[in-house]
Amino acid sequence: MVTVRLHSAMRNLVGGSPRVEVQGATVREALEHLAGRHEDLARRLFDRDGGIRRFVNVFVEDEDIRHRDGLDTEVEDGQTISVLPAVAGGG
Amino acid sequence: MSSYLLGLACRECGAAYPAEARSICDECFGPLEATYDLERLRSEVTRETIEGGPASLWRYQPLLPATRDPWVDLGDGFTPLRRAERLGAEFGLPKLYLKDETRNPTHSFKDRVVSVALARARELGFDTVGCASTGNLANAVAAHAAAAGLRAVILVPAGLEAGKIASTAVYGAALIEVDGTYDDANRLSGEAADEFGWAFVNVSLRPYYVEGSKTIAFETAEQLGWRAPDHVVVPVASGALLTRVGKGFRDLHEAGLLEEEPNVRVSGAQAAGCGPVAEAFERGTEEIRPVRYPDTIAKSLAIGDPADGVYALREVRSSSGAVAAVSDEEIVEAVGLLARTEGLFTETAGGVTVATLSRLAVAGVIRPDETVVAYITGMGLKTLEAFGERFRPARTISPKLEALAEALPW
Repeated sequence: MVTVRLHSAMRNLVGGSPRVEVQGATVREALEHLAGRHEDLARRLFDRDGGIRRFVNVFVEDEDIRHRDGLDTEVEDGQTISVLPAVAGGG
Repeated sequence: MSSYLLGLACRECGAAYPAEARSICDECFGPLEATYDLERLRSEVTRETIEGGPASLWRYQPLLPATRDPWVDLGDGFTPLRRAERLGAEFGLPKLYLKDETRNPTHSFKDRVVSVALARARELGFDTVGCASTGNLANAVAAHAAAAGLRAVILVPAGLEAGKIASTAVYGAALIEVDGTYDDANRLSGEAADEFGWAFVNVSLRPYYVEGSKTIAFETAEQLGWRAPDHVVVPVASGALLTRVGKGFRDLHEAGLLEEEPNVRVSGAQAAGCGPVAEAFERGTEEIRPVRYPDTIAKSLAIGDPADGVYALREVRSSSGAVAAVSDEEIVEAVGLLARTEGLFTETAGGVTVATLSRLAVAGVIRPDETVVAYITGMGLKTLEAFGERFRPARTISPKLEALAEALPW
């Protein structure tokens, strides 16, 4: 099992919990597993081509998946995937 | 509440929200922007009312999402716009101006965004503010929070310049160094703002914060005699300043304060060691590849994953500007050139801007007939380490007249 930690703006879409346990060997599998149970979350996470939407950043153990293998980044039992809004920060 | 602020709206899908501490759209996670009652603004606000206001950015209060707070305003903004004939002659640009942002209370343009964000934070009832920062924002948040009696939590990447660290810590802020890059510190600040409910200026208050950047464009136009320039050169870190400079000129026109519709070409300046926006511009795409480990002396621009990168690209492309990425050597050279020609000592980010100005002038992107404004966003004393042995005494001599005569370089 891996843990998905969601930003507060997304929590109400999965019943209010900040952390959700899911199955999956890659980020894609884990997030699709979660999105499969919550349709509203699915359309906010994924674009039409099945990629992560522009304004969403995904991290595995605090590393941005764009610096690894994107949605194909492997996740191991006990690791945490964090989903955060992308537009933040500035100098 | 500022009398003309209506609320917030999503830049992507247009969903409307009340003017609270919220930065992203629940529907699409797009960024939120402040919206104003433009009709009433047009009928009530004139150039004269603005010119009669305080000598700070708060003279533009009707176009800002907060009311001037005397505890917060340290005399922020309303910096000089200087004609730069000697520097312009170097580049063949006879109508070059410099906006000297080193003259802000903490010596960078970040005092603008913080002045607005903390005024709004107090209106919304926060007692703890914060930010993730590459240094200048840290200085500005720490100073303004101290003056306003707010608690400040400031996250910076490890390895910042001593000047940036000291001029944050001195104000009594909780200054926390994060073992990682700015983007690591920024991610942590996003999680902390979400978890602890603090007013992180560039996260939870971002829609208000970015509005402060527009004042640099408002002032430029006012100082040019209520005219927009033809071309501006803006350093790019997150891309928020560049996008708001472009929008600032348009907003001023929409508010009825500029007669002519502005047609400002906006160009961006980055360092080669962290130039994700310049790289996407070169490749002709909107897909920005984040830089995991920035490697440049321009630490204030070392944001590998620029939040407004896509919007900065769109602003540059739609206005027929360009983005260049310059080397560390060019940066130091440009810092020296600016100081020698104009008597203005800028930090590395200003060197990036001046070096980019040179590049784009040589390439013919910036034309000699254009009125050009370059934004010198921060001051040189904060980044002394970056200059190494470059700016040193010519000689050390004994206190004798003959020794001095011998030591002179001319």
